[in-house]
Amino acid sequence: MRYGTKDVLKGVDISIAQGEVVTLLGPNGAGKTTTIEILEGFRMRSAGEVTVLGVDPARGDEVWRSRLGVVLQSWRDHGRWKVRELLAHFASYYAPFREPWPVDDLIRTVGLAEHAQQRVSRLSGGQRRRLDVAIGIVGRPELLFLDEPTVGFDPEARREFHDLVHRLADLDTAILLTTHDLDEAEKLADRILILAGGRIIADGSADALSRRVSTEAEVKWSLGGERFVHAASDPTAFVRDLFKQHGDAVTDLEVRRASLEETYMRLVHEIESGAGETTLREFEEAAR
Amino acid sequence: MMRWAPLKIGARRGVIEARHAFTTPEEMAGIVIPSVIAMVVIFFLRGVSIPGTEVSLGSMSLPSMIGMNITFFGMLGIVQALTVEREDGTLLRAKTVPGGMTAYFVGIIVESLIQLLFSLALVLIPGVIVFENVAFDGPGSWLLLLATVIMGVGATAPIGAALGALFSNPKSLALVMLPTMGLVAISGIFYPITALPTWVQAIGQVFPMYWLGLGMRASLLPDAMAAIEIGGSWRHLEMFAVLGAWTVLGLLLAPMLLRRVARRESGSAVAERQQRAMQRVG
Repeated sequence: MRYGTKDVLKGVDISIAQGEVVTLLGPNGAGKTTTIEILEGFRMRSAGEVTVLGVDPARGDEVWRSRLGVVLQSWRDHGRWKVRELLAHFASYYAPFREPWPVDDLIRTVGLAEHAQQRVSRLSGGQRRRLDVAIGIVGRPELLFLDEPTVGFDPEARREFHDLVHRLADLDTAILLTTHDLDEAEKLADRILILAGGRIIADGSADALSRRVSTEAEVKWSLGGERFVHAASDPTAFVRDLFKQHGDAVTDLEVRRASLEETYMRLVHEIESGAGETTLREFEEAAR
Repeated sequence: MMRWAPLKIGARRGVIEARHAFTTPEEMAGIVIPSVIAMVVIFFLRGVSIPGTEVSLGSMSLPSMIGMNITFFGMLGIVQALTVEREDGTLLRAKTVPGGMTAYFVGIIVESLIQLLFSLALVLIPGVIVFENVAFDGPGSWLLLLATVIMGVGATAPIGAALGALFSNPKSLALVMLPTMGLVAISGIFYPITALPTWVQAIGQVFPMYWLGLGMRASLLPDAMAAIEIGGSWRHLEMFAVLGAWTVLGLLLAPMLLRRVARRESGSAVAERQQRAMQRVG
């Protein structure tokens, strides 16, 4: 993909298996939106090859479209429609292609049963998003795109939404999620991709990423009412020594690897400050 | 079945949208109030007769107004729907479902048609009852009315779709609205066009609104009234020629421009438009 003379995306390779949740992270301007829109078939690429569900999105027909679900963040449409009416309407688009999800069942699944007869414009932000998700999955998609799905959710709605995503993955839906919420990414994703500088700079589970980035873990403990912090490259050995030395006197022990947030910040910072190539190589070596 | 499904879904969509408009008080007011105000004015013009005839200005204006309404609901309704619904993401949503774009455009057309028929009945039924000279004079005038309505929708709806596709900003609706209001003044809707300077008459006759008013007057007024029209005739042939030309132009432009709109719709495009809308407000 190219804007003007600058290549925006270079060799971005994403594969998602059935039932897998993949999160795409990256700073603004990294090409996240562009990538997703090319995959959704909403934007033409300038060069390269793209295949989604075995089809080039630029040539995707309605049959291909019926196998995808898309949930975007900028929707505030159909305000006059009632929840159930709108969902039933969108279910009818899929009927010629595949068996849509039974509407009442789906309304219960996304937790909108009480609001089935309410006008869409009266829903709260979180309810509205859940309706968007319901419309996105009413055709039982094989691949679902979720763009910042929980912006504006309260913690409870967020938790419910995360449960819903897990249930969808259990139904063998492949899910590609973008978010700025790293905590959410860590909770939801089987795999995390970080896109920066127009390429994928990291690909792995949150745990694997943090182990690759930080060689040191943070160990905290209390001893005789005093709190200690130590960075250890081999925390297991360090803790073993600690107990050998102080025995039962050690309390409140904590061992922490870098969080996804720290991993992410470090990776993205290095890419943006130009040290990216080295990090990337280290990474590729570690991946082998 | 698969090929026709979007048309069927679109038709259902149009009916549901129309029902929502009819059950939303503000929207209903938007449809009814202008017609009611105009009807009241026209009602008081019952006693004012057009010089040289026995027909009142009110009787003349009523059919003309129906012609005007065809332009309003056929064209402006579609322009408005297209610009507003591109900003709120309705179009983008249509793009994410199979057959969604076709169904969306069919839905808009069906909705406008329903609103048009409603506004037609709203003016026509009381009009025929209250105004002595406004009447159906046999099946011929029914047929002419029907033909004018159909030709009118053909001449205005595709142009509306093309204009709606050109403007992505609901604010630019005014760019379409104001000239249309101007057209009312020079299309002989509320006063015979022959009272205007010839060059203004010429401009008025380029656009469908004049001809739609003329067609409605031909359907509903006594034949003798043709005497005060341009050329002293209802000029059916010219009417069908002008409306037909607009239909052809609209049908050439609209699919092309709508395809362009559909192609360009994406999440980031809608987000950007909403950003701009926020700046307008703030």
